[in-house]
Amino acid sequence: MKILVAIKRVVDYNVRVQVKPDGSGVATDGVKMSINPFDEIAIEEALRIKEQGKADEVVVVTIGTNDSQQQLRTAMAMGADRAILVESDVAVQPLQAAQVLLKVIEQESPGLVITGKQAIDDDNNQTPQMLATLWNRPQATFASKIEFVDGGLQVTREVDAGLETIQVELPAVVSTDLRLNEPRFVKLPDIMKAKRKPLDVKAIGELAPDLQGKAIEVTQHEAPQPRQKGIMVETVDELIEILKDKGLVS
Amino acid sequence: MSKVLILAEHNGNAINQSTAKVLAAAKQLNPEAIDVMLFTGNTGLATQIAGHEGVNQVFCVACEDNHDQLAASIAPTLADKGKEYTHVWGPSTTFGKDVMPRVAALLGVNQVSDVMEIIDAHTFKRPIYAGNAIITVNTDTAQIVATVRTASFSADKTTGGSASVEESTLNTAANHTSFVKLSSGDSDRPDLQTADKVISGGRGVGSEENFAIVYQLADKIGAATGASRAAVDAGYVPNDMQVGQTGKIIAPDLYMCFGISGAIQHLTGIKDAGTIVAINKDGDAPIFEVADVGLVGDLFKIIPEMMEKL
Ligand SMILES: Cc1cc2nc3c(=O)[nH]c(=O)nc-3n(C[C@H](O)[C@H](O)[C@H](O)COP(=O)(O)OP(=O)(O)OC[C@H]3O[C@@H](n4cnc5c(N)ncnc54)[C@H](O)[C@@H]3O)c2cc1C
Ligand SMILES: Nc1ncnc2c1ncn2[C@@H]1O[C@H](COP(=O)(O)O)[C@@H](O)[C@H]1O
Repeated sequence: MKILVAIKRVVDYNVRVQVKPDGSGVATDGVKMSINPFDEIAIEEALRIKEQGKADEVVVVTIGTNDSQQQLRTAMAMGADRAILVESDVAVQPLQAAQVLLKVIEQESPGLVITGKQAIDDDNNQTPQMLATLWNRPQATFASKIEFVDGGLQVTREVDAGLETIQVELPAVVSTDLRLNEPRFVKLPDIMKAKRKPLDVKAIGELAPDLQGKAIEVTQHEAPQPRQKGIMVETVDELIEILKDKGLVS
Repeated sequence: MSKVLILAEHNGNAINQSTAKVLAAAKQLNPEAIDVMLFTGNTGLATQIAGHEGVNQVFCVACEDNHDQLAASIAPTLADKGKEYTHVWGPSTTFGKDVMPRVAALLGVNQVSDVMEIIDAHTFKRPIYAGNAIITVNTDTAQIVATVRTASFSADKTTGGSASVEESTLNTAANHTSFVKLSSGDSDRPDLQTADKVISGGRGVGSEENFAIVYQLADKIGAATGASRAAVDAGYVPNDMQVGQTGKIIAPDLYMCFGISGAIQHLTGIKDAGTIVAINKDGDAPIFEVADVGLVGDLFKIIPEMMEKL
């Protein structure tokens, strides 16, 4: 079985992003870029499945600018076998990303697709669900545990009420939550090895010339409202007095 | 004029408050009509929605309970009905996040995720980068599919409505997906997402056993309990207590946290809280930058003292 993992290049999660003064976007010049953290977990999970002998190939794919090659190389240094860059100079929105990923699925015929649950730049949390819909296959979102069983996968999902387990037939789309695994560190020799692994670049216009659906227009970026500066107290008594004054405790 | 279709959320016994929040947001569109769709084995729940003022009609789609909540099963029915509306909205809870993008894909539109403010029927504000930036988005597709950030709206509490209820049976159940089980950390404490007061603990609490004092304080003041991701990952508490970017986004009147450093991913979950109180032994912890009231000290001394004095 082949596993396809979809990854996105995003501003590293440790960076505190700033809105540009003219409101045209967030400042990304010279900012550290990384694999979306949820996608790193997706890669790790695919590699573990392969290491257990349940898959024979892990292919990573991204839709993005040419710079995304860096993140694909990192994914291959982690252990992915090969990579596909669907090159696009403009950012694609989830419905379009899902359509492009579907084209890749049609060419690659994976038995399982693993994605992150959300890209931490736009925080959309849509692409995997849309992909599963367009592909007409099951989805298991927010996965914190994946088990192979007769007839498919049992996936434990992190939901508001606790942990939900569902069973899906394969092929399916699984989106990862943070507790699924802890991604491995990349070692230097693996970075060298990854340079020799195949990285296929396709132009988005050639792979998916007929994208459907309108993009949502972003008209303005602004910084969030800052909270009023608070006060520091020295003692529990002072704290309790404030809480009582505000009517928060009796 | 707008016509809104809302996806209701419930737990089998009661309608989730997220539904009343989406309703409150929908009313801000000044729509011509608001209808609600409910998928449930407990069709009696429909009356809980029909009582809200401003709801025209409730479509109650009967299906096996729990099974019914599977995104692949319910999205086609919701999307099909949604074609008659200008807006198809659901809550930005794990349930809504699972279902609504499928509805959007079936309707051929991108979804507006986490609507936090409504400018007009086509223009909304939503957070990106874990709330570090807010964008204004505009869309004019035939249907606008969105999830509503529940912490940004107060629940609609109106009564006296008399929506009609139309019953049907689910005929789009997926056979490639099935529900196995739900395990909830059941507790008698108030629900984290709707509580007025929340007490939470982080890695600084140190162990599952030590969390007992956090629970005691919560019980003393009638608060729900929450936690940072570090506390969940370390196994001190179950995952449903996680607050933050990838946990629950909450807006209680009082949020009091012990031994939480204040990572941006945590703060994004509490920035709509009324009063944030932070107790941390490190005076430089970033949590103090957002706290309304901060106290530097050891939580293992402070909690017992609060227990005594409250
Ligand atoms: C993509 C992504 C998503 C994430 N989503 C979330 C999320 O939803 N929610 C979330 O919380 N985190 C999230 N995180 C993790 C986040 O970055 C932090 O790692 C986490 O919030 C830290 O938890 P903490 O504050 O409990 O632990 P720490 O950062 O380790 O802080 C512990 C604090 O306890 C204090 N302390 C220790 N002992 C005592 C004592 N005796 N008395 C008083 N204070 C004490 C210390 O001074 C310290 O400030 C996410 C991370 C990523 C990458
Ligand atoms: N441009 C992209 N290229 C490849 N995968 C993507 C892209 N955008 C989103 N994804 C995948 O979809 C997941 C959810 O993204 P989103 O819906 O944008 O929050 C991500 O974690 C990725 O796995």
